[in-house]
Amino acid sequence: MVLAVLEVKELKKSFGKNNVLKGITFSLEKGEVLSVIGSSGSGKTTLLRCINSLEIPDSGQIFADGDTIFDSVSGKKLTKAEKRRNQLNVGLVFQQFNLFPQYNVLQNVTLAMKLQAKERPDYRENKKAILTAIEEKAEDYIAKVNLTDKLLSYPCELSGGQQQRVAIARALALEPKILFFDEPTSALDPELTIEVLKVIKNLKNMGRTMVVVTHEMEFAKNVSDKAIFMADGVIEEMGTPEDVFENPKSEKTRAFLSKSFE
Amino acid sequence: MFWTVTLSLLEGFMTTLELFALTLLFAIPLGLIIAFGSMSKFFPLKWLSKTIVWIIRGTPLMLQLIVVFYGPELIGSWIGELGIDLPFFQWLAGMKGLDRFPSVLIAFVINYACYFSEIYRGGIESIPKGQYEACQVLGMTKTQTFFKVVLFQVIKRIVPPMGNEIITLVKDTSLARTIAVYEIIWNAQKFIKNGGLLWPLIYAGAFYLIFNGLLTIIFNKIEKKMDYYKN
Repeated sequence: MVLAVLEVKELKKSFGKNNVLKGITFSLEKGEVLSVIGSSGSGKTTLLRCINSLEIPDSGQIFADGDTIFDSVSGKKLTKAEKRRNQLNVGLVFQQFNLFPQYNVLQNVTLAMKLQAKERPDYRENKKAILTAIEEKAEDYIAKVNLTDKLLSYPCELSGGQQQRVAIARALALEPKILFFDEPTSALDPELTIEVLKVIKNLKNMGRTMVVVTHEMEFAKNVSDKAIFMADGVIEEMGTPEDVFENPKSEKTRAFLSKSFE
Repeated sequence: MFWTVTLSLLEGFMTTLELFALTLLFAIPLGLIIAFGSMSKFFPLKWLSKTIVWIIRGTPLMLQLIVVFYGPELIGSWIGELGIDLPFFQWLAGMKGLDRFPSVLIAFVINYACYFSEIYRGGIESIPKGQYEACQVLGMTKTQTFFKVVLFQVIKRIVPPMGNEIITLVKDTSLARTIAVYEIIWNAQKFIKNGGLLWPLIYAGAFYLIFNGLLTIIFNKIEKKMDYYKN
């Protein structure tokens, strides 16, 4: 049996009287790419935010690589440090990039790693070696998103597509088991969208496990191993891209797809 | 005569500068504490901070000087009249005010800390939520987020309003003469009383002008230095 790297069970979340997630259950295996599609307000972004601990779910369970991210069933309490560590199993790329404007590309990628390194017991003795290793690692990831020539540029000097690629490198550098993308190209012009999608496609070829919330239907269809269509806080349809895009069973999915491919 | 006036004004201006520098030294960190208080989710603390800021910003600084200087002794004498024979009340009744300069300094520090706190609060609240969320998903603690990511952006945003407030402080120090602290304006006014000379007062204005010119240059330099990135 293949062990699921991500497991979400009966996840529920409401904001006041608005039930945004009404019991979401799915799992993901290592190396799989999952696309989440659906109209605005269907709960896609909230789902991602819950898995990345930016929202606290009302109930349900989330496990990433076997570690508990959220669990209202067992009633086991996690300490702050445990939560922070388990959360590093997942990484998130935002729609608005959210780079740190005062730091250059390299610094944006190294900051979190350097702060984590300070907690290592051997940090004081090996400071120099540790920091060099971190910078080399960051440069590797920046090379993976084709931005080696922008190492010392500031975010304000980059195009939106370049900024988003930096954000991807920043998330990758922490080596999350699963990388999440929240509409990574929605803030970009069409020609910049292509370069970001290309990077994501490359990551898939390297065997990365990813979850992509997107409005890019062609991309979702071609790149993912699995697709979920969400509507009104439930998973309306789930399966291979062929199942969901070519032979949707639900009426809602069909209506949404016909509108999206118009 | 010109030489005598210049020396006297310089002496007064030293007190002005001392008051200015010490006020900044204490009000800048105290303002941050008050700002955190005003933004606290703990209601009593938030309410307390907001009330203090409301009172301090809502009353004249001159009045605050008088309250700090004369207040303790006045309250002491009122309590003394009550005639309660308990050690604590006797101690309160015997309360003496502080010296002139410390009184002025306390009033200025509290007053300016409140104004600074509102500038800080505006700066901190203007940082987009996405910056905090990015830090959180990168596994940074709240302290790391504030000191490594947010603070610098806040400083960049508050340099212009802080410059404004600090220049106002230079001129506000002249209020210290209300309780007879011999700062530059006090010394200049002496010449009106003693010899009917008005020009030393106008001459005193040049001291403020030159000093504020220097501050303006410094603030422009700081702004320029932080101008290497745009938000």
